[in-house]
Amino acid sequence: MRIRLRIGAAFLGALAAAVALLWATPFLWMLVASFRADSFGSLEMASLLPPRSPSFANFRAAWDAGDFPVYYLNTLIVVLGTLSVQLVTISLAGYAFARLRFWGRDVLFYLFLLQLMIVPPVLILPNLKTVIALGIDNRLLGVMAPYFASAFGTFLMRQTFRSLPRDFEDAAEIDGASLLQRLRYVLLPLARPALAAFAIVSVVAHWNEFLWPLIVINSPGERTLTLGLASVLGGAEGAAQWGLIAAATLLVSAPLLAAFLAFQRQFVDSFVFSGIK
Amino acid sequence: MTAETFDADTRKLVPRLGARIAVRRLRPLALLAPSLVALGLFTYWPVLSVAIDSLYARRLGARASVFVGLDNYVRLLRDDKFAAALINNLIYIAATVVPSLILALAFALLLRRSTVFNRALRALLFFPTVVPLIAAAALWTFLFLPTIGLIDYYLGSFLPVSVNWIGDERTALAAISFVTVWKNAGYYMLFYLAALQAMPHELVEAAILDGAGPWQRLRHVILPLLAPTTSFVAVIAFIQAITTVDHVIVMTRGGPSDSTTLLLYYVFTTATEVHDIGKAAAATVLTLALLLLVSGAGIRVFERRGGDAN
Repeated sequence: MRIRLRIGAAFLGALAAAVALLWATPFLWMLVASFRADSFGSLEMASLLPPRSPSFANFRAAWDAGDFPVYYLNTLIVVLGTLSVQLVTISLAGYAFARLRFWGRDVLFYLFLLQLMIVPPVLILPNLKTVIALGIDNRLLGVMAPYFASAFGTFLMRQTFRSLPRDFEDAAEIDGASLLQRLRYVLLPLARPALAAFAIVSVVAHWNEFLWPLIVINSPGERTLTLGLASVLGGAEGAAQWGLIAAATLLVSAPLLAAFLAFQRQFVDSFVFSGIK
Repeated sequence: MTAETFDADTRKLVPRLGARIAVRRLRPLALLAPSLVALGLFTYWPVLSVAIDSLYARRLGARASVFVGLDNYVRLLRDDKFAAALINNLIYIAATVVPSLILALAFALLLRRSTVFNRALRALLFFPTVVPLIAAAALWTFLFLPTIGLIDYYLGSFLPVSVNWIGDERTALAAISFVTVWKNAGYYMLFYLAALQAMPHELVEAAILDGAGPWQRLRHVILPLLAPTTSFVAVIAFIQAITTVDHVIVMTRGGPSDSTTLLLYYVFTTATEVHDIGKAAAATVLTLALLLLVSGAGIRVFERRGGDAN
């Protein structure tokens, strides 16, 4: 009986390992193909065996095919710009919903939560009109603006503030701290784990976003990484330069993959949070 | 202190108190204002504006627009391409939500014990969640290539025919669905892992004592306990299946023969390529209706089952 159990466990372990490796095969191919000296058109393109002599030729070609420094900079601006505004809006709104009593609070909260369903990608058509009317089309600000409020973030901050004891806040209030001071110096430091969780989810979402930037941005100088990758793909696919494509894909994905490997726990916890919406 | 000076002090104080009460009243509004402005501009107003636009005939660039009532909807429903998009999207929902939930649950059950080995495997399964969908699309475009692509290269010897997965209208939607499942199953796994960890052990142990086999335990104990997680993940996966078409744009452009045109992709091309704003607006309204109806119903099921995400 015990032997049978152990064989069963070993079998399941092997099965899990096989499935996980299969799941990661596209990434393995990306790694191998991007470091292989270019062999475009060759039948060996799909080989998963590591190249005998790793070459950076594909990365150089990808770097030349697109304006990667600009893409990186633009994506950083979008990601950090969106996040900084969100941190302000969600902290203020989360506090209001957690601590203040006011008329229509629950209805308003449900109105906030609507954003979880009516996500900006569905509204590309009317939002483009709005962005044009505001004069921020073809600008990074236009890419960021629809995300300045976050229902998920507001919800997360509301839950977090609710879980904090009021004592600290009351003590600070007696000491004459204004609401914003209490928020800034008492509550937000205590809410740091939630803020970090939100930051991870937000950064990943906006680093990876494609459809909305595609619609807002026209000029090459304003392209983010995903838009840059799409334009590199457009050029390289016809020429079947799969090594170049693998390298470009790696350039776009590597920062987040590296961050995930370095902060696995935090990533996993944040993404579990992201479901609690 | 004489009564007179006291009175004077109070009189000075009262208006200030009134002002402070007014400030307190306005406080919620002030705190919510930044969010409300953004939500107003980019969530509430667009819903209204797209509903209005759907009643007008307007082409991009043209100043004048004519009120046409429901004409855009009539044209939309007569459009074979829209019918194809709707049917494709329904198939795509079924072909992504169900398999990704089953896989997510299977992964979570296989890897529920938190060992170093299992955590490494979980990380591998979670990888696709972290990369952009268009990066995934770029990789899969190659993997799906006939002859030189990875699938054909490794499986070609077992398959009698070489399949052009994304170039053949019979397999293209399945290939697109597969990429979505690959991308999201690891993400959904996290919710099942969290739910399994929170599950009371006594119930499962009691079932073992009652002589329930693994399959019976899964069917009669574990699955019912996971029901709130399942309906909740199903809603997320459903929303995903309506609101994400990045891979369609990169891999197939809706083809071949519209076999991978999804609703949002239809909206995208009708607005940006055909420039038929009225029709694109009508398609947006119907897409929104589908999105709200189904996810609203899903959330209600989730709440009735006593699922409490708080």
